[in-house]
Amino acid sequence: MDIVVIVLTVIALLFFFATTVGLLRFPDFYSRMHAAGKGDTLSSLVILLALVLYNFHEINLANLLVAMKILLIAVFIFMASPTATHAIIDAGYESGIKPWAKNPEEESP
Amino acid sequence: MRYIYTFLIMFGFWILLSGKFDLFHLTLGVISSGLVSLISADLFMYDPQSRNHLTTGVRFLLYLPWLLFQIVLSTLHVTFLALHPKMKEQIDPTIVTFKTNLKTDIAKVALANSITLTPGTITIRVEDQVFYVHAISRKAAAGLPGEMEERLAKVFESD
Repeated sequence: MDIVVIVLTVIALLFFFATTVGLLRFPDFYSRMHAAGKGDTLSSLVILLALVLYNFHEINLANLLVAMKILLIAVFIFMASPTATHAIIDAGYESGIKPWAKNPEEESP
Repeated sequence: MRYIYTFLIMFGFWILLSGKFDLFHLTLGVISSGLVSLISADLFMYDPQSRNHLTTGVRFLLYLPWLLFQIVLSTLHVTFLALHPKMKEQIDPTIVTFKTNLKTDIAKVALANSITLTPGTITIRVEDQVFYVHAISRKAAAGLPGEMEERLAKVFESD
């Protein structure tokens, strides 16, 4: 069981790492939000799953309740994360940030 | 009817968060969730067009596994792009607009959030029926709105 927990945590950390690298490397505001908005979601889910499993060293009612609460956090993240991403990127669009384009001579919408 | 749904959801949360099953705490839970659902059922389930909340809820639950799969793909995609040594040759960002056929607000919210969670696309804004979406590559842009809209139309707007 501990091995599964460790593997899940390491996977989640890898995704978090990639998210951070993406946040630093992508060329403009909009593509950075791609990294920030998506990488977080799955890695949070995986790391919360690892916590649920770690919590189940013995099965009883108290542990079950804690597991349900942790899963509730995951549900909340799944609703909040895209909404927050959308709010930030809409604010950027509103203030007129130009998206980075590969061929600058092309028209930009 | 929606008072009963609100009450059941509230009471479920009460039990989950309190974790105490003696008579005193359960009575407190019944009283407070009853009061809250009496006051705020209109806010919590405001949707004048919807016909049957229960079947919509069940169909939405069936939609979630597909969404989860898309989220996994999306994270792998972002990971691949972020760690790619020649990242700027891989991406080609554009902003696409498209018109949706979904009518209810809740369906549009679900579509916007699902677009953000699927690979390579983020919803920038929604004006009435028009979606503005930022796509990180031409390939991601070509897939819009795709099967997601059909699935959501089936979930929220069929009888």
